[in-house]
Amino acid sequence: MDLLTRRHVMRLMLLGGTALAAPHGFAAELGRGDGLPWAPSKGENPYYGTRDDRFFTPEEREIVAAICARLIPSDDDGPGATEADVVTFIDRQMAGFYGRGQHWYMKGPYSQGTATQGYQSEHPPAILYRLALAELETYCASQHEARFVDLSEEQQDTVLTGLDEEEIEFEGVSAKVFFDLLLKNAIEGFFADPIYGGNRDMIAWRYIGFPGTRYDYRDFVDHRGKAIPLEPVSLIGRPGWSRP
Amino acid sequence: MTKQLPGVDIVLVGFGWTGAIYAEKLTAAGLNVLALERGPWRDTPNDFATTFAQDELRYYWRHGMFQEASQATLTFRNNSSQTALPMRHWGSFLPGNGVGGSGVHWNGQTYRFLPSDFLARTHNEERYGPLPEHVTVQDYGVTYDELEPHFDYFEKICGICGQAGNLNGETVEGGNPFEGPRSDNYPNPPMQMTFSQDRFAAAARELGLSPFPVPSANMSRAYVNPLGLQLAPCTYCGFCEKHGCGNYSKSSPQTTIIHVLMQRPNFALRTNSEVLSIEKAPDGSMASGVTYIDANGDSFFQPAEVVVLCAYPLENTRLLLLSQIGEPYDPQSGEGVVGKNYCYQVMSSATVFYDEEFTNGFVGAGALGMVIDDYNGDNFDHSGLGFIGGGYIACHTTNARPIESHPVPDNVPSWGSRWKKAVRENFLKTTSVGVHGASMAHRSNYLDLDPTYTDAHGRPLLRMTYDFTLNDRRLTQHLTPVAEQIANGMGGREVKVNIRRGSYDSVPYQTTHNTGGTIMGADPKSSVVNRYCQSWDLPNLFVAGAGLFPQNAGYNPTGTVGALAYWSVDAIINQYLRQPGPLVQP
Repeated sequence: MDLLTRRHVMRLMLLGGTALAAPHGFAAELGRGDGLPWAPSKGENPYYGTRDDRFFTPEEREIVAAICARLIPSDDDGPGATEADVVTFIDRQMAGFYGRGQHWYMKGPYSQGTATQGYQSEHPPAILYRLALAELETYCASQHEARFVDLSEEQQDTVLTGLDEEEIEFEGVSAKVFFDLLLKNAIEGFFADPIYGGNRDMIAWRYIGFPGTRYDYRDFVDHRGKAIPLEPVSLIGRPGWSRP
Repeated sequence: MTKQLPGVDIVLVGFGWTGAIYAEKLTAAGLNVLALERGPWRDTPNDFATTFAQDELRYYWRHGMFQEASQATLTFRNNSSQTALPMRHWGSFLPGNGVGGSGVHWNGQTYRFLPSDFLARTHNEERYGPLPEHVTVQDYGVTYDELEPHFDYFEKICGICGQAGNLNGETVEGGNPFEGPRSDNYPNPPMQMTFSQDRFAAAARELGLSPFPVPSANMSRAYVNPLGLQLAPCTYCGFCEKHGCGNYSKSSPQTTIIHVLMQRPNFALRTNSEVLSIEKAPDGSMASGVTYIDANGDSFFQPAEVVVLCAYPLENTRLLLLSQIGEPYDPQSGEGVVGKNYCYQVMSSATVFYDEEFTNGFVGAGALGMVIDDYNGDNFDHSGLGFIGGGYIACHTTNARPIESHPVPDNVPSWGSRWKKAVRENFLKTTSVGVHGASMAHRSNYLDLDPTYTDAHGRPLLRMTYDFTLNDRRLTQHLTPVAEQIANGMGGREVKVNIRRGSYDSVPYQTTHNTGGTIMGADPKSSVVNRYCQSWDLPNLFVAGAGLFPQNAGYNPTGTVGALAYWSVDAIINQYLRQPGPLVQP
């Protein structure tokens, strides 16, 4: 509990707000004619990490960036994962609750199961990345005597296709599970709100024409199949609003 | 050590839609009601404010408002020859958590089941002869006509926006000509439709079908409900399903009931309080209350005169099994009832891609859509088709949230430059015609306790054994081509059909319409509760929710869940309290 919150709670206790004084997450009895529980500045703001939140080693980060650049390439048609800084998104995610699998059910026993039974790795996402990236480097060294990042784009695509189509297998972890997870995370990082570190300057939203997290489209419901040219807006506004 | 608490008249296990409904009626009747909710308090200004509610990563992909799988999940297998494994994170469906439950993050598509849906066995056998062996479809034990006033009241509580098609037996132009007779019109007019719905409706009419507006819990105008709570016009922001509404535009327990409850001195709510079991009186004839654990790990025994299970259907089933109430279902013998007739929903679709026109899917709302019911329930002749039931076929524009929604044509790879370009070309130019198919009960689909995996408190997880049935497969094979035919008439460049093939897959999101496990019926040998949703075993135990459905109809469940809750609580107040005991003699 930070100081500000502690002061709030103290004040509420002095005012006799017993229901409100219970810290978030603990059992509280509400109601009994007391009306709605409410405390100022208790909004559940999103957790999105900071620039200091990192999980990958510099080498791991390089490989993840290189893979993302092939999954969502920068090309004549428009920007890709590199411009959107998808690797920073993934790095922050791995450093947080998601990478730790904190909200996932991670009790054993473990068994591979059928495809319809979903993710069954004993490793949370961050550890799966770490082990798989090491195996990917081993594979590239044995097949090409090079690091993944030093392969040509064509060679990189061939390796990634091999993971996707289960032609390449790793020893300790499933190459396919790793590939599917990374593709999912790359798409998340490309299209998520920029507060999470990817989709930098809403570059992906602008590319596909998504106007972002606006809250009111009533003026456009009757669009009759015509384009709606609107600049995208993020949860924290857009450059024209938030910068001089 | 379990601490004994002072007794209450009624204890509600779980505080979503049905908890709020029971609490409102029972407190209004003067009873002392306590709701125990596993998750936290949630309300619009703090928890889904407009400043951060539209966060796709947080609320959908990181499961911001769902049950935490780390606390309790379920195990899944397609059939009993496999070993069930835990769903380590959610996929196919998303059980809610916290005050309001899944009623916070639903879309708001609010249907009434058809009169024949409540008589699924008698009606179909009368018309088509005996159902196949192992099809365990049953009647509800309650009829549409008995539920009608309760459907009507729930629609008024929610302010549902729609167009009646059958008012007291008179057909009304523009509504659903197949619906059961309604005593009143919807309280609000339909939502304003967009380009995609206009195209869908025109194509459906061209085929001789009868399109009507999807009954919507997203407001078409400002509304004050019978409890005096106010809802605001929907802004078509496209963040309904999987999100809370920051705008008071979507009916939820919060926006339609809870604020009133919190003013009543005879209502209390304890949050972060998870019920571990229902306790029985020493002679086993009645429920004595519930044992729950709070976030500090302290456990309490809460005595109550009446216990109502208002948790999600999967958890209601697990609680009965853990508390050893009712005979667990055995798929070998077909005997037993708890966990029986687990059903789901059979979904398929046809995506339309346009070249010139923009569908602008981001201008959307959870229940913004046009729909046909010509192929639902028994609205068409099933002779010789080899299946019963059906589904609605609809064109919704619910969202274009970009992590989730970027359909691409056939033969486009799933990553790389060609994929990226196809996403850009089609993101603003697609719509979908969806089939929302019924799921008929089968002897081999059921819920029981897992022998291996346990939750955070060490209790067995629920185990789901489920696959699509022959009836489901024939149903989807018959209906999907109709969706394709409508889609072909919508003037696009191409249509991509997404058929339902293979085994049920727990990974991709399909729908949070899990039904059965605590089914209602006319006979204690084949149902868990009677027609008033009262336990056959313990007369002061009632069960709410879609777990009551003996099989799932081709509609979203919430309208019928609401009507059944009002029907049941009415029976508690007007029958049970006057003379406590079984309301139906077995």
